[in-house]
Order: sequence, then structure tokens, then C-alpha cells
Amino acid sequence: MAKTHISFNLNGRPVDVLAEPRELLIHVLREQLAHTGPHIGCETSHCGACTVDLNGRSVKSCTVLAVQAQGGNVLTVEGLATNGTLHPLQEEFMQQHGLQCGFCTPGMLVRAYRFLQENPNPSEEEIRTGMSGNICRCTGYQNIVKAVQHAAKRLQAAGGK
Amino acid sequence: MNAPEKAQSAIGASVRRKEDYRFLTGGGKYTDDVTLPGQSYAYFVRSPHAHAKILKINKSAALKAPGVIAVYTGDDTAADKMGGLPCGWLIKDVKGEPMKEPPHPPLAQGKVRHVGDQVAVIIAETYNQAKDAAELLEVDYDVLPAVVDAVEALKPGAPQVHDGAPNNRCYLWSLGDKAATDAAFAKAHHVTKIDITNNRLIPNAIEPRAALAHYNRADESYTLYVANQNPHVERLLMTAFVLGLPEHKVRVIAPDVGGGFGSKIFLYAEDVIVTWASKKVNRPVKWTADRSEAFLSDAHGRDHHTHAELAMDKDGKFLGLRVKTIANLGAYLSTFGSSVPTYLYGTLLAGQYTTPAIYVEVDAAFTNTTPVDAYRGAGRPEATYVLERIVSQAAREMNLDQAEIRRRNFITAFPYQTPVALMYDIGDYKSCLDKAQKLADVAGFPARRAEAEKRGKKRGLGYSTYIEACGLAPSNIAGALGARAGLFEAGEIRVHPTGSVTVFTGSHSHGQGHETTFAQVVAARLGIPVESVDVVHGDTGRMPFGMGTYGSRSIAVGGAAIMKALDKIEAKGKKIAAHLLEAAESDIEFKDGKFTVAGTDKSVPFGGVAFSAYVPHNYPLDKLEPGLNETAFYDPGNFTYPAGTHIAEVEVDPETGVVQIVNFSAVDDFGNIINPMIVEGQVHGGLAQGIGQAMLENCVYDQETGQLLTGSYMDYAMPRAADLPSFKVDTHVTPCTHNPLGVKGCGEAGAIGSPPAVVNAVIDALAPLGVKHLEMPLTPERVWRAIQGKPTKVA
Repeated sequence: MAKTHISFNLNGRPVDVLAEPRELLIHVLREQLAHTGPHIGCETSHCGACTVDLNGRSVKSCTVLAVQAQGGNVLTVEGLATNGTLHPLQEEFMQQHGLQCGFCTPGMLVRAYRFLQENPNPSEEEIRTGMSGNICRCTGYQNIVKAVQHAAKRLQAAGGK
Repeated sequence: MNAPEKAQSAIGASVRRKEDYRFLTGGGKYTDDVTLPGQSYAYFVRSPHAHAKILKINKSAALKAPGVIAVYTGDDTAADKMGGLPCGWLIKDVKGEPMKEPPHPPLAQGKVRHVGDQVAVIIAETYNQAKDAAELLEVDYDVLPAVVDAVEALKPGAPQVHDGAPNNRCYLWSLGDKAATDAAFAKAHHVTKIDITNNRLIPNAIEPRAALAHYNRADESYTLYVANQNPHVERLLMTAFVLGLPEHKVRVIAPDVGGGFGSKIFLYAEDVIVTWASKKVNRPVKWTADRSEAFLSDAHGRDHHTHAELAMDKDGKFLGLRVKTIANLGAYLSTFGSSVPTYLYGTLLAGQYTTPAIYVEVDAAFTNTTPVDAYRGAGRPEATYVLERIVSQAAREMNLDQAEIRRRNFITAFPYQTPVALMYDIGDYKSCLDKAQKLADVAGFPARRAEAEKRGKKRGLGYSTYIEACGLAPSNIAGALGARAGLFEAGEIRVHPTGSVTVFTGSHSHGQGHETTFAQVVAARLGIPVESVDVVHGDTGRMPFGMGTYGSRSIAVGGAAIMKALDKIEAKGKKIAAHLLEAAESDIEFKDGKFTVAGTDKSVPFGGVAFSAYVPHNYPLDKLEPGLNETAFYDPGNFTYPAGTHIAEVEVDPETGVVQIVNFSAVDDFGNIINPMIVEGQVHGGLAQGIGQAMLENCVYDQETGQLLTGSYMDYAMPRAADLPSFKVDTHVTPCTHNPLGVKGCGEAGAIGSPPAVVNAVIDALAPLGVKHLEMPLTPERVWRAIQGKPTKVA
């Protein structure tokens, strides 16, 4: 199958790949660009393990064609920390024990990152609804909710971002 | 809980997890993240039929498809004399005869027995090429009638799944004293009866199963990366029973594993086939399940139909319990499938109660469904559900409070020998119940109920006072009951010359946090910082041996093995210190990281002893080997018995049948606790799965065709953040009496205790409307129909 040349920014850095038209963004990220943070949990956009940020929106990269990223900005979990310093969300997931096996965590973090930009000061109920596109089988969500609450406070104190 | 922070390395401190940084930054290494040079991809062609004869398979078109390297069917595995997948537990039936053990071929031999049964494997340059070629594989089937329900399967005239298992019966098993139980019923004041279904579940770890095998022709060795909870068991079963390979030539690595919940204990066909195929094609072969395959091929859980009867005296004191269960084993015996509805189920039917006579019979059936095996709790949730439902129903029938009937029957003296084989070493059930009632503010419930009533809502409280048997298990007892493996654990403590430590454990962490908890145990014992201890697990090439992680056994058995190895480290350290301090060995004490001559200020730190062991210039070389590296194997003396009280408070909208869990309180006794934060997280996760079973999750097959109707996240309702409440959890501690850490295990309690608490609460809410019985999951439709007096029939 003929391949298409695709250019986009991945975590702030330009990347170029060749991909078949049917190839999904998650496969290009994991197999060609060695970004194995986003995971494949269901390939049907239900579990959210593959969640990345594309042009300022949370997307399930298992149901986005790689060509749809052409010219765009993609943020994955690998792009959240700065020079080894964890993002407040990452820090709070650790402090509040918001992860166990870690498989859903990259998608959870990237979804929470976008969610807190959409709603910087959410209630518990809003967090539970805002995160319900991402399944976690380990934690029962309670500590994920707590982590997002704590991160929201820290981000607000730091003036957003 | 949220215990105040203690010193970093202390046992009982909520040390933040050492493993988190990699998971938080995308640095986890799961099997599918591993890529080997020259890697090829496997795709399994699976049966679309529940039951069919395979008449012919034509490979030629698939073999010609772009990128295809090989296509293998059951004929190829048979030609290589590949064995069947073994079952790890032999059950003997009521007559002492061995269970029926029909063959479980990794690739179908002439017949398929469930939708998703493996028929062929296609190996190609890319995954898409393998999948494309699968469309070209021609398989002619002669479709046969199928049976998916265990009750139907045992009836005369049902379709026969295996020629070697007449009437689809694997075994009819019993436990307990039938005559004594019948006698107890004869003198009963009242008998409560219940017919109850434990709904079938699909585990759904979010990481799908995966396997990547590499054959190295240079030394004829194999390396298998696999999403698995017990790599040594995987290797033993695969080499000894299926592939006939020398064990030392196979290295099994279970790297980061994205959740297990039991479903990754077992030896699966795909693991075996990619290992075998990697030599045939002389290339690494990777297989990763997609979610549809996970639904069809991961072993399922539960699926019991039970009739139970509880005999009581006039005060509600239990006299006898009689239980008859029909268990669905699926199409084949999975690795531990036979043990789940027997020794992990019948033995738990005493619960927390002094019931003097218990008799249980289990009729286990083969059906045209995916094999059923251990899923979080494994047999113990099924036992707890039967017992805690019938106890709450008995309370209603006896006009007693749900808590009061439990108090009247609690075991209070330990050790306690149950009539169903177990010897509980310790517990304090009353204190757990008291604490849970406070946590749930039971005293304030009548006011909350009245307030809800004003809004037209029905409130209810439901109790579950559960027990489980964990820390599997004394090998000799398990062996006498039919286990075909030992159930010990191994640990190695490697002290480095500068005093830091690497721990090798046969336990496996797939979310439980062993890298932190085990490091705390070692750091506390040696008096060194947690940062100086690394824990390695999940690789047969690096640790001496291991039985792995299941049955909440890691800290109770794996932790104990580490403690035993630490005993040896300390003993040798004392010898070295005695030499360095010019004192008698018997005078050396070890505390807070220092070896001290008793009653003096003469001491040498642990690190100094370690250095001397590796740079033995001043060392008793005539009496002692250099080095400080010890291995221990620990075989437990008994099971551990975590127990507790779970209380659910629900509000039901009688107009719609929608149930809301407004409060869930759990007080669990896990013995001593190493890391409260991690324990609390384990409870949360277990509760989510238990409440998932009670409220949402249900595996459904079409009764005629045997098709899995709940084969995707559109059809199988997984608990999401918005479906669950925040839980209130606490602990009460009675230390286990027979392991060195006094620990019991905490991984499964949430899933065991919570389902009956939720259902009992909804029945309590709806009892004024005449509802006496409900089946899980409590979907709005089911609840609404029950309110209308037209309960949904459960297949």
C-alpha cells in the first residue's frame, strides 16, 4: 500500500513519518516514533489508554488516522514533564496513589491535563464525568479523582498551565 | 486510614511508590512495548462457532498473501507432538474418582468448542499483513448444536462438549459431613432457602494479553516476554507439559504487566504457540491480543448457580448449611479452573460463623464457552455471596437486624476449626463490625431513610461480613487436595559491597507495588533507607524460582521468603561483626542498621559488614565464605484469613429502578500493614470490581448459537469514574500468627466482600415494596421489574 508523508509536532518537536493511509496515529506513535507511553487497550475508543492531545483536544489515538495529525500538534505523556521535573498532575498521581499497574496512566494524565484546561476548578462530580472516557481497572478511581483535585489546586496557585 | 507519615523506611509508612516515575512518564515497559530485531507478528484465526467439527482447512491462499511467513494449524502442532495445556489441580469426585480431564489442544484438533477457540496462527512481516491473510484462510466447519449454560449442559440430551466427559460433567464434588448437616436441619426452628446466581464476569485487565518469543539458534534457547503473573509457573507448565523443552533453555520475562486480576496466571495457547513458532520461523514472533480477542480468550470468572439452605434455632443461631452449586468450567479446563469452585469455594462456606454442620456439593460442567478460571477472589467471592445473601435473608425472615444475626453467630475463639477443612488462626469479627457501623454512621441511617422517603426514594443498608483464605498455600495440604504444584515462594537478598541491596522475589507485581512494599520490609529490617533497596521480579533468568502472584499471597508468602533470607543475612552478618569487633558471636546484637556487642558501645554498621564480606582482608576466611548473598524458600504453615465488614448504603428510585450507592464503608483486617497507602488502593480497586459485578458487569452468551453477546465495551459495562462513589475504608489489625510479618494479604478483599453488601442494601431498600430477591447485576431494568413484581429470569 502506498505510503503518505506526514509531518507534525510531537511534544514540541517536529517529526516526519511515512505511513499507510489506514494506519492509526497510535501505531505511528508507538511503532515508528518509539513513544510507547500511550497504550492500546481496546482499539475502539472506549478505554482511553491511547488518549493523546491533538491540537488542543483529547483524542483517542486508536481511532484517529495518522494522516489526520498532518501539520498538527500532538502531546503525549512523554511530553508532560519538563527536564525531568514532573508536571503537577504527574506529581499528584504519585502523591495520591492514583495509579497501580500504570497501563491506563498515560491516557489518564493526558486527559486530565486537557480537562483541567477546560475546567480549572472542577467539583468531584465534574472530575468523575470529565474522566469517564478513560477506564482504570485497578484503582477504583478514588485516588485518581483526588490527584486531579490536588493538581487543580496546585495549577490554580501557579496561575494555570 | 491515611496514617501520619513515619520515618521513610518504616513498616507502616505510606512510602510513595518507587515504580511510579516510569509509569508517569511513559517509561513503563509492557510486553507490547518490547520490540526485537527481525520481529514478525502472529495473528490467531479463531472459531466463529461455539461448537463445530473442522472438516478441512485450506492454507494455500493465505500462504500466498503479501508478507506471510507461515501458517500453522492443529495438524502442524500434532506433527510436532505438542502436548495439551495442562490443568494444575486434580479434583476427585464424590466417589474418589479423578475428574474428567479432556485434552486442551493449543490449536484445535478436529473440533472447536467455543467462539474464539484457536484454529490457526498466521505469521507475517506486519500485524496487518497477518490479519489480512487470516481473511484468506479457508476453514470448512460442520456446525454442531451448542450449550452455554451449565444447568442446561448437565441435563440429559444436551450437546456433548467432549467425548471423554459424559453428560458434560467434569466432576461432582462434595465437602463436609452430610449426615451431621441433615441432622441439624431435622431439629431446625426455621430454614431459610435461596436460589442464587453468581454472574459470569470477564476480567478485562486494561493491558491485553501479549507474548513475544525469540529463539536463539546459537545456544538453542528461548526467551518469552509475556503478560503474566507467574513467569516460573508459565515456564514449568510450558516446558514440561506442552513443548517438552529443557527448562534451562527457556527464559520467561513478565515485564511491566498492566493488571492481571487472575486472568494472567494461566498458561494460554497463544504463549505456547508463539514460543514454538519462533523456532519454526527462526524469527522473533509477537502476538498482542486486541480487545475482542481478550473478551473471547482470557479466562472468565464466576458463573455459579446455587441452591442454599440455612437451618437456625429459634434465636437465629445457625445450626446447619446445605449448599448445592452448579459451576460452569467453560469448554476446557484452564490452569486452575478445577480448583476455583471446589477448594477455593466450599472451604469458605463457614464464613465468620460458628455453623457446626456444613455440607456442599458442586457439580462442574463443560459448556461451549470460554474457559472459566480464577478472577479476583476466585471461589471466595462466590462463597461469600451465597453466605452473606442467605444470612441477610435469614435476618429478614427471623425479624432480626442484619448486624444482630451476624453478631449472634460470630466465631470468637481462635484457633477455630471449621467443618469445611480450614483452621482460622485469628480474627476479631465483632470489632470490624463495630468499627464499620461507626464508619457508615449506621446510627444515623433511620433519619437518612426518612429524609429519602420524603423525596420518594427508597434507602437501604446492606451488610457483608466476609472471610477469605489467602496466602496460598501450605504445599503439603494443597498437594493432598490435588494441587499439582508447590505453593511456596522464593526470595534472594543480594547485599552489594557498599551496603545497598537488590532483592529478587518470585512474587510478581502488576500494580500491587511490590517494588515499594518489599523494599520497605528489607529497609526496615536492615536499617537502611528505602532508596538503598531495589526489588527485581518477573524474570526466570534473574530470580531463583517463584510461584508468582495470585490469591493475595505476595506479602504473606513472598514477603515471608524475603524475611527468611534476611534471617540468613543477619546470621552471617553477626559472624562477620563478631570477628571485626573481636567478640563472641552470641554477644552480637543487630538493631537499627548496626551490629553491636551487647552492653557496650562497640559497633559496626551494616554497610561495614557488607564491605568486609566482599573485601575480606580482615575476615574469618577459615570459617566463613566471603560475600553476603542469601536465598530462602518459604512454604506457609497455613492459609491467612483476612476478614472484615462491608456496609453499603443505597438509594433507589422506584420510578426508574436506578440504584445509587450513596455510601460504602469497609473495615478490613489484613493483619499488619506495611504500606497503608498501597493497602487502601488495593481495597479501592477490589471494591470497584465487586461493585462492578453487583451493579454493571455481566457476561452474556446467546443460548442458541453460543455467540458472546457482551464482547466489547459497548456491551460489557465496565465501571467508570462516574459510576462509583468515594469509599470509606479503614482497618482493624489482628496480626497473622504464623508468618514472620504477621500479614494476611489485601488484594482480593474488596471484590469478595462488596457484592453481597450492595445487593443486600438494595433488597433492604425495596423490602417495603415486597421485593425479596434480586440477581446481579442490578441494572435499572432488573430492579424496576422486581419492583413491579415481575423479576427478570436469569439464565
